[in-house]
Amino acid sequence: MIYFLCFVLFCVGLYGILVKRNLIKIIIGMSILDYASYLFLVLVGFRMEGRAPIYDKAQEVKNMVDPIPQALVLTAIVIGLAVLALMISIAVRLYEKYGTYDITEIRKLRG
Amino acid sequence: MTLIVKEVTRLTVGLIFLFGIYIMLHGHLTPGGGFAGGVIVALSFIHMVLAYGGDFATKKMNSRIATILESLGGLMFLSLALLGLIFAGVFFLNLLPKGMPFELKSAGIIPLCNIAICIKVGAGLFLVFTLLTMFKPGGDK
Amino acid sequence: MEYITLTEADQLIPLLVFMIIGSIVALEIDDMLSSVIAIGAVGVGVTISFLILKAPDLAITQLVVEILCLILLVRATIKREMRFPRKHADYLRIISALVLIFLFLVFSYSALMGLPPFGMPIMKVASEYIARGIHETGATNMVASVILDYRGYDTLIEASILFTAVLGVSVVLRSVGRIRNEKS
Repeated sequence: MIYFLCFVLFCVGLYGILVKRNLIKIIIGMSILDYASYLFLVLVGFRMEGRAPIYDKAQEVKNMVDPIPQALVLTAIVIGLAVLALMISIAVRLYEKYGTYDITEIRKLRG
Repeated sequence: MTLIVKEVTRLTVGLIFLFGIYIMLHGHLTPGGGFAGGVIVALSFIHMVLAYGGDFATKKMNSRIATILESLGGLMFLSLALLGLIFAGVFFLNLLPKGMPFELKSAGIIPLCNIAICIKVGAGLFLVFTLLTMFKPGGDK
Repeated sequence: MEYITLTEADQLIPLLVFMIIGSIVALEIDDMLSSVIAIGAVGVGVTISFLILKAPDLAITQLVVEILCLILLVRATIKREMRFPRKHADYLRIISALVLIFLFLVFSYSALMGLPPFGMPIMKVASEYIARGIHETGATNMVASVILDYRGYDTLIEASILFTAVLGVSVVLRSVGRIRNEKS
């Protein structure tokens, strides 16, 4: 059930990329897609009655949550930020040149 | 910006920078690590630019120093990886002594890698922010 | 007084519903500032989900990266013309996108039955990393030992990705010479 809700969030982001006309809405849709993938990866690695994957001096930590998806998602978060910065710089340049964020207008004007 | 924002910024920017360095240095003992620490350090400089304006804040850190620091961070990380190749024949080997767990000076090469990544990520993200907001010809700030 | 304890699945389902509603609001609303605030709310929801799923490392990183994303998005949308003239709606595109999403959800529901049930992962490699981690690397944070010792290549390539992105931003936004050449 939780996995299915995660996929519904993924589909909301996909809808934003496919249907919307505003360039900023497309960028927001891609951000939502990223959040859904991070959540799904960490959800697969979760363990019932698990603890955070950090050793403690006072207690003995027996069963830990899976640390490998967490390492992958840590890298993925920073990569998502880099891609967002590049997309926004391209969007700002497009606005300087064409005067609008509408993608149908940008396709028509050849300049 | 108003006077309240400027005064609060002047008091807290140093603490934010110190907190970022703390999270980065204890990356092998507590949650955090190089990436989170680097982003917090970049956010402290961005905070200063947002409160005081671009012209005043570029005396402390401008884009030229940021490009040099970013390249230095990347080169430091790569040279730490190459040290393993030169001394022991395996790329990216953890060759410094491991020490006792729960100490600050333990875990071999991991704290030095955290420092390199913090410098790289912090300088890189500050550079991205500077390029996007102080973009003069033809645009508005 | 009796305490009611909720399992993690009970805590996550209202949070996911909140995130779905927030993302639909962020996509449909016309005002740009409200849209950016809604995506900020979705990001903070992701942070709280990471805390519930026992991943404190990720929660710290996601929170500060979300703040930086909001700063960049506000930079792109402030003082820009946002309301478009009403055109004829492109029905073919909307209907084909909705059909695609419906088929995707139908097939994904039967594909998700193949995953192990929620809360019982098959930790084949991870149990080796956990058993030998503190002895071989000396770090007590397992995630740090995985990203910097066992999987150090990924971190090296990720650092180069960040470098390439900063380079790309500086090339796209550098237009001083070009504007002067266009005008002359």
